[in-house]
Amino acid sequence: MHNFCSVGKRVPKIDAVEKATGRAQYIQDLKLPGMLYGKILYSKFPHARIVSIDTSKAKQLPGVRCVLTAEDIPDIKMGVYKDNRPLKKGKVCSYRDEVAAVAAVDPETADEALNGVEVIYEPLPAIFDPEQAMKEGATLIHEEHKTNVLRMPWKLHYGDVDAAKKEAAHIVEDRFTTTWVTHCCMGASGSIAEFDPANNLKIYSNTQIPSLAQKDFLDALTAMGLKGNRVRVIKPVIGGGFGSKLDTYAYEYIAILLAYHTRRPVKVEFDRTEEFIATSTRQPTITYISQGCDQNGKLLFRDINMILDNGAYTSWGATTPSVMMMPITSLYRVPNVRYEAKCVYTNNTYAQAMRGYGNPQATFAIESTMDMLAEKAGIDPIEFRRINANKPGDVSTQGLRITTCGLEECMDAVKEKLEWEKPKGESEGVGLASLIHVGGGARVYKSDGCGTIIKMNDFGKIDLFTGATDMGQGSDTVIAQIVAEELGLQIEDIHVIHTDTDICPWDVGSHASRTTFVAGNAALGAAKKIKARLLELGAKQLEAPLEKIALRDRHIQHQDDSEKRIEIGKLLRKAHFSHGGQMLMAEYFYDPANENMGKDFRGNMSMTYTFGTHGVKVKVDEETGKVKILNYVAAHDVGKAINPMLLEGQVYGGVMMGLGYALTEQVILEKGENMNPNFRDYKILTAKDVVPIEAPVLETYDKDGPFGAKGIGEPGCVPTAPAIANAIYDAVGVRIKDLPITPERVLAAIREKKGLDLCGQELGRDDVDECIIEE
Amino acid sequence: MSREIAFVFNGNKMNMAIEDHWTLLHLIREELGYTGTKEGCGSGECGACTVIVDGNAVNSCLYLAAEIDGKELMTIEGLASPDGTLHPIQKAFVENGGIQCGFCSPGMIISAKALLDENPNANEEEIKEAIAGNLCRCTGYVQIVDSIKSVSGHEAQEPHVVAFRSEEGDRGD
Ligand code: FES
Ligand code: FES
Repeated sequence: MHNFCSVGKRVPKIDAVEKATGRAQYIQDLKLPGMLYGKILYSKFPHARIVSIDTSKAKQLPGVRCVLTAEDIPDIKMGVYKDNRPLKKGKVCSYRDEVAAVAAVDPETADEALNGVEVIYEPLPAIFDPEQAMKEGATLIHEEHKTNVLRMPWKLHYGDVDAAKKEAAHIVEDRFTTTWVTHCCMGASGSIAEFDPANNLKIYSNTQIPSLAQKDFLDALTAMGLKGNRVRVIKPVIGGGFGSKLDTYAYEYIAILLAYHTRRPVKVEFDRTEEFIATSTRQPTITYISQGCDQNGKLLFRDINMILDNGAYTSWGATTPSVMMMPITSLYRVPNVRYEAKCVYTNNTYAQAMRGYGNPQATFAIESTMDMLAEKAGIDPIEFRRINANKPGDVSTQGLRITTCGLEECMDAVKEKLEWEKPKGESEGVGLASLIHVGGGARVYKSDGCGTIIKMNDFGKIDLFTGATDMGQGSDTVIAQIVAEELGLQIEDIHVIHTDTDICPWDVGSHASRTTFVAGNAALGAAKKIKARLLELGAKQLEAPLEKIALRDRHIQHQDDSEKRIEIGKLLRKAHFSHGGQMLMAEYFYDPANENMGKDFRGNMSMTYTFGTHGVKVKVDEETGKVKILNYVAAHDVGKAINPMLLEGQVYGGVMMGLGYALTEQVILEKGENMNPNFRDYKILTAKDVVPIEAPVLETYDKDGPFGAKGIGEPGCVPTAPAIANAIYDAVGVRIKDLPITPERVLAAIREKKGLDLCGQELGRDDVDECIIEE
Repeated sequence: MSREIAFVFNGNKMNMAIEDHWTLLHLIREELGYTGTKEGCGSGECGACTVIVDGNAVNSCLYLAAEIDGKELMTIEGLASPDGTLHPIQKAFVENGGIQCGFCSPGMIISAKALLDENPNANEEEIKEAIAGNLCRCTGYVQIVDSIKSVSGHEAQEPHVVAFRSEEGDRGD
């Protein structure tokens, strides 16, 4: 058994003191000399022709430095599908469409200028329901695309689902829906752009993808006639990410364009309303699912048809089916699988990645129907899942290679901690749901790599430059722990720098729970190079054979002779200040050996997979439909907990976000218009909503992970909703198939089951004028 | 309209001219240049802007700057000792994982300070009540509540993470 010094320890986050003292600088806190303030005018209609825009009044306002519309800018194509523009030309396709932008000396003047921009629209028929939008002859959102269905071929069929259906002893079939939810980062979006006299761009932005953003902005410069110029992306401290900052957005390009036209630094910063209205959501899904098993409860097939509301433009949200394929094909052993997903343009806000990347939507349908199928087959839900559980060494139909897998142990932990078999009280019930998620990177881009550079100074201290992005989850700390462990140093000896593309190496981005695994391995690779050289220098200095010396406590020492040791700093100084001096620096680029999906979507997209099971005990108030959570257990196989305290934080935070997804959160769009763009009405959970959560961790030591670790950023919010839906069914016998599971929905289901109408009256009685359904 | 006001800011006397329409948040961030106090919503819904005025936690985004006249104001910058020693609540947040992205942290810590100044032995329910107006999207609040409990003398629950398979058990290779 290893005796770790840093790894496995509850090390405080290395940036926590800066944050606890208010010294950490977020985009909101940055001001550059001469900086102007940019503001954006949004559309007044969900779908309309822009007849004319008159900016003359705005331009005349004292303090206004620039007013831009699509007419003033080159054709910059944004987004995954390149179907979006920073300022809209000809027509608008949603309420969040950017129509004009201004830069002024202060925010108030900029706001006043926006009021002075006169836009004449000619409204067009709009479409908000993806199933309607798919129909022949439906209004087209993007005429040139000829159809509202995105040309993305999310379709697979492994084995023979139709044959399996004929064989199955038990089949369930149903429809599930999920709704819009949004990231609600406490630190809202913003960026500051600035050009130097040679037209090189420097942009401060709270992005999760500095390297890909740099590339996007280089493309924008090219469109602006500045091909070959440089782009430097600087990240301030980020006030939360959760997937929201995985793309580049109109506001960033607008800051760039305003800065270019004014020759001054320009800041565009969202207020909370804007953050709700003009950032992208997790997309709603409609899922038609059927699953079947044989007499003994062995799964025979899974058949899923899904419709995703893409909104008016395309960001990474449209690629979430690629990740949904993972639970659909590989959560439990399923020999025959068919899946088809259609992403559909509507005049709603457009969708983006959000923690779990489609997995929560897919798992809601899968794990709800797993319980329904278990009931049909007359098998306990845990035993039913055990019969079908993934095992180490499995290769799923999709070609996912399961290396380590603690799924059954996670279910056991839930069973024990939730006292699964103990009799429940009145209206109480238990439910569980499991998850599979990428835990060793995810090859969705051409590279899944991350670079690291380490330099050591004369005192044995390290500056480490990583491509990874810490947006609060604590990757800097985990990287420092990994490097400290490898080199026998203390955490405080490692200074992690991740803020600047001019000095940090490439990384594909903080997504897919990949940072501990990929950036951790990149840091470990660089540390190993440094270690080899330290040992070489040390062996010479101590006159000892290489295999006899080790790094420990900031020293190099002889393993058998504790007298023979030298402080690492001293050794480095000797090496530096001697004839033919040398200093230690190392770089390492780690690109995992995972695979891009092939033509039929087969391929091992991650080096390893994280598993987990969530179980919940609920009590349902049958009079109000309110669901009370009595106990929650979230067990995960994480490979190795590099920092148990931060890991718990990821799980607790994920679970609470998942509970919000399951029970309260919803962006309410009425004909495309956001009706609740504020915290109070959007209903993220507060401290008073905290439920008792236990988070047991299973360590399976993945051979490819740094010190055995797998990723854990997203899993916490993946199976929450189905676990709760299953528990509600156990408690009161109603199955809720639509998120969020509001008291109204639960109450309506309970009343329907009892043969009552929505007002709690026996069906057919109409002697009551009105009834009030309490919220 | 502008006016002269006098107040105590993090222990130091201040006189300054202010505009009537300024919020206290504006005064702190834009005029005094102290950016530890955050704006998360600007409308009293998130608590990121929490400061202490005469011992009470207030949302500075809703509080008029003029009202601070003659009062004592404390922001997150005034909490640690001048030599940099953290206040016990700050230390507790650092050591118990109460901070992730950190955007909510100054407001959260200030709310905790106002609570514990008034009720040093606050229990879990009282803590949750006191920070109910401080939203956090990252932590799920669990480790925040634990952090505050560790200062108010209520033991945090024992470590939640229990490894239940040993390293030797299965290395998978
Ligand atoms: S900024 Fe004051 S409560 Fe949100
Ligand atoms: S730590 Fe990010 S909002 Fe609380």
